[in-house]
Amino acid sequence: KLHPTSLNFLGLFSLPERALLLVLVLVFLQGSVLPLGAASSPDVSHQDKTDNHKVEAQGHNYTKKAFPVLSIDYHYIQTPFEISLWVLLASLMKLGFHLIPRLSSIVPESCLLIVVGLLVGGLIKLAGEQVPPVMNTRLFFLCLLPPIILDAGYFLPIRPFMENLGTILMFAVVGTLWNAFFIGGLLYAVCQIQPDNPSSLHQIELLPCLLFGSIISAVDPVAVLAVFEEIHINELLHILVFGESLLNDAVTVVLYHLFEEYSGIGTVSVLDGFLGVISFLVVALGGVLVGAIYGILAAFTSRFTSHTRVIEPLFVFVYSYMAYLSAEMFHLSGIMALIACGAVMRPYVEANISHKSHTTIKYFLKMWSSVSETLIFIFLGVATVDGPHNWNWTFVTVTVILCLVARVIGVVGLTYVINKFRIVKLTTKDQFIVAYGGLRGAIAFSLGFLLDPAHFAMREMFLTAIITVIFFTVFVQGMTIKPLVELLAVKKKQEAKRSINEEIHTQFLDHLLTGIEDICGHYGHHHWKDKLNRFNKKYVKKCLIAGERSKEPQLIAFYHKMEMKQAIELVESGGGVKLPAAMPSTVSMQNIQPKKPPPALPPERALPQLSKGREEEIRKILRSNLQRTRQRLRSYNRHTLVADPYEDGLNDFLIKKQKIIELEKKITEMNNYLTVPSAPPDSPTITRARLASDPQAYSVKPTSDSVPTIQVDLASPQSPDSVNLMDEFRNARQPEQDEDRGLMMKPPSEAKGPKRPEDAEGAKDQQRLMRCLSDPGPSADEDEDEPFLP
Amino acid sequence: MGVSVAYSHVVGVWRSFFPTVSLEQIINLHKRFKQLSGNEDTISRENLDSIPALATNPIRKQIIEAFFDKRNQRQDEVGSFHEIGFEQFLMVMSHFRPPTLKTTEEEREVMRREKLRFLFNMHDTDSDGTITLDEYRKVVEELLSKSGAIGLEAAKAIADAAMLEVASTNVPHMEPDEFYEGITFEHFEQILKGLEMESRMHIRFLDVNTTTMHCGK
Repeated sequence: KLHPTSLNFLGLFSLPERALLLVLVLVFLQGSVLPLGAASSPDVSHQDKTDNHKVEAQGHNYTKKAFPVLSIDYHYIQTPFEISLWVLLASLMKLGFHLIPRLSSIVPESCLLIVVGLLVGGLIKLAGEQVPPVMNTRLFFLCLLPPIILDAGYFLPIRPFMENLGTILMFAVVGTLWNAFFIGGLLYAVCQIQPDNPSSLHQIELLPCLLFGSIISAVDPVAVLAVFEEIHINELLHILVFGESLLNDAVTVVLYHLFEEYSGIGTVSVLDGFLGVISFLVVALGGVLVGAIYGILAAFTSRFTSHTRVIEPLFVFVYSYMAYLSAEMFHLSGIMALIACGAVMRPYVEANISHKSHTTIKYFLKMWSSVSETLIFIFLGVATVDGPHNWNWTFVTVTVILCLVARVIGVVGLTYVINKFRIVKLTTKDQFIVAYGGLRGAIAFSLGFLLDPAHFAMREMFLTAIITVIFFTVFVQGMTIKPLVELLAVKKKQEAKRSINEEIHTQFLDHLLTGIEDICGHYGHHHWKDKLNRFNKKYVKKCLIAGERSKEPQLIAFYHKMEMKQAIELVESGGGVKLPAAMPSTVSMQNIQPKKPPPALPPERALPQLSKGREEEIRKILRSNLQRTRQRLRSYNRHTLVADPYEDGLNDFLIKKQKIIELEKKITEMNNYLTVPSAPPDSPTITRARLASDPQAYSVKPTSDSVPTIQVDLASPQSPDSVNLMDEFRNARQPEQDEDRGLMMKPPSEAKGPKRPEDAEGAKDQQRLMRCLSDPGPSADEDEDEPFLP
Repeated sequence: MGVSVAYSHVVGVWRSFFPTVSLEQIINLHKRFKQLSGNEDTISRENLDSIPALATNPIRKQIIEAFFDKRNQRQDEVGSFHEIGFEQFLMVMSHFRPPTLKTTEEEREVMRREKLRFLFNMHDTDSDGTITLDEYRKVVEELLSKSGAIGLEAAKAIADAAMLEVASTNVPHMEPDEFYEGITFEHFEQILKGLEMESRMHIRFLDVNTTTMHCGK
């Protein structure tokens, strides 16, 4: 392993330079290995092998060769090896870019990856070998694109998407049509008015131009995702541009097939146009229907997976992929099928599957889509170096200019119309971002690649123009959009954690507005949304969700999710260091409970002590929980999973909670505090667990110790044992992490109350803790409020 | 139309608050008012209770009560009416108008505060200016009432957690023996500022620029 400091000369370079060096080495390696593989053609070797086998089968009449101790058979593993090498390259690139600190903030990742692709392609070409046909259309559409779309669809924020559906559809359908016809038509006009008489451009007819227009006009979801992910703009703009990029697939598919079909013939009649419109409806709605059917199947299947939790994520992936493939089979919109499938199955599947499966799905989707995206950009670079190019200044520059102009006009015009129907109007700033965010990407390139060179003589010119537009949008627009967003002070995404108050009031508002609409007798969209929700609750949920969860109201589900999240975070953080005082909140449950009259205690309560009885109670509870913790730590098996709280049923959970609440009441009456220091914001486990781009992720604010934490202070600072305990906890955490194979899930009920510090550490030393608890309460009052550890 | 003469005084009241409303919308609302009141001049709680569509709404009592709450009439009075006339009806409905492109930032602030005030009044049933833990518990219980019975326990826990959140966001440093009386309007504003109330809390057909829908039966 190349450890930087082990090789002395590398010590001369600083970390970013080392990273750059690493990157270059890898690029070179990639460039050299691949041509090596491509050098000997696979056919020859196959022939060789069969000859060898035939020879051996004929008999052992031939002279015996020495037994080969070590031989190289590259061709046996060639294809998977090359694929793995590409994937490895992509991932290492991603790593490398983030090691170089300033680079990733100036240049978006997509640009860097394209450059790497160019480098690799260049190296391969320099080595004199043939560049592997990486931008194979089938590879792209069947392997590289689906993970990205599924990731987007599964985590699509449904609420803002539905609220803005009209706007999104307008942009996707009308906007794309406008772009296609405007660009195609004007290009044709420009080609015709070429001054040089036998110009090659004169040969291009109207239909190929329109075809080209339709290929280049579609906003690309991959590019949009890659760039917008880094600029963190507000949800509305993100969902507008992103939604548009997803939904315009149907339009693109129809236009592409329409023009491709009839380009040979040369004319399109009105009937064909009419059929095109019908085809569009079929493609779009058919795609959604196929996706929805598979989504419901997946949801139904997940209802029965309570005994085989391990393969739950597989159902999600396989059903979605089959939805995509089925849609592609009928030439329906695969992207819309995938989105529909993910969006439909998600609420039901999430209610059925275990927490671990949910995490698995999340991580796998993010991983696959990340690798796919990286590969796509690298391949784009490689294919640029490779592809047959036909550079025509006029054509290319006119295309780029027309793309920009068409986009701006389209957005402005459509917004003017849309604003008449919107409540939250789109401002000029919004329009600018929407127009500027219309990036083209690999889908356009693949569609261009798909063109039959026999029918389209100018295919190479088209490809060159497409690549130029893609480069322009990704490099120029991609790099400048971040500073522009800052400059225009566009509203950014709110990082705040979704609070329970907001959830309560969102629900409250929904009901309120539905009620007001009913009073006015106006059947607005709240009314229909309410009807749909009730239908969902009454019939659909009963079918698709297993057991008790089918009746769980959304508010309660949200609350439980939040509790679980907090409990897990606390366990993972280990409760080691008290956080730097950003805004430590000392508010606890007792501050809000209405004051009960103080129990009749003897007047000399200067030094409250734990009575023996209570101490025994606490000890018993702690012991039993610690034992359970230890058991869990030992019995790990690859095929079994840790018990899931939801599997035990909600009733159990509630009973446990009741017990804790009672216990906590007893403790607060004692007036003897045990503190649990709250989660440090930068604990590596938490950062690992948190995914930046996951819309569902609850980002941990420094004040994460609010709700529903029950603050219980550790005993007196002056006890030397208690200090040791904290250090013990911190030390104990390190070896713990090795045992921690995956998310150690303990029911949130047990993570509350005084058991928290112990559960978090899996402390082996109960004795010291007991001594802690039986210590007299703090004698000096001023010590109480000091931070326990500096 | 003889109709516009009859409504002109109402239009005057309406216009003095928000100049951009159409006569057509007021006429529609008046028609509905007459329908609800059975052609009387005032409506009572029973009239609103009898709307069939409201039966499935978990917070219908609070909604109906809001119409009769004097605090929503923008006249600094407290208490509740027994019956309301068309003007009071309109006044309550006016809380649900959406902002337009021309609404300035300060006007948005005012709108937001007004809508939050409406919500606050709905929660603060004893009109003392704060939402106590009991009142908040009641709110959550009502919300969960129509969704089957996972139990009052969950409602209590959720309300407690929510209250804790409000307290820790607004008053982060509290001594262990201090008591958080209740959510004041300022705290309420603070915790809900992320929701952008001025754009969320609206009824579509009250927007002037959209094509007016008719109030059906």
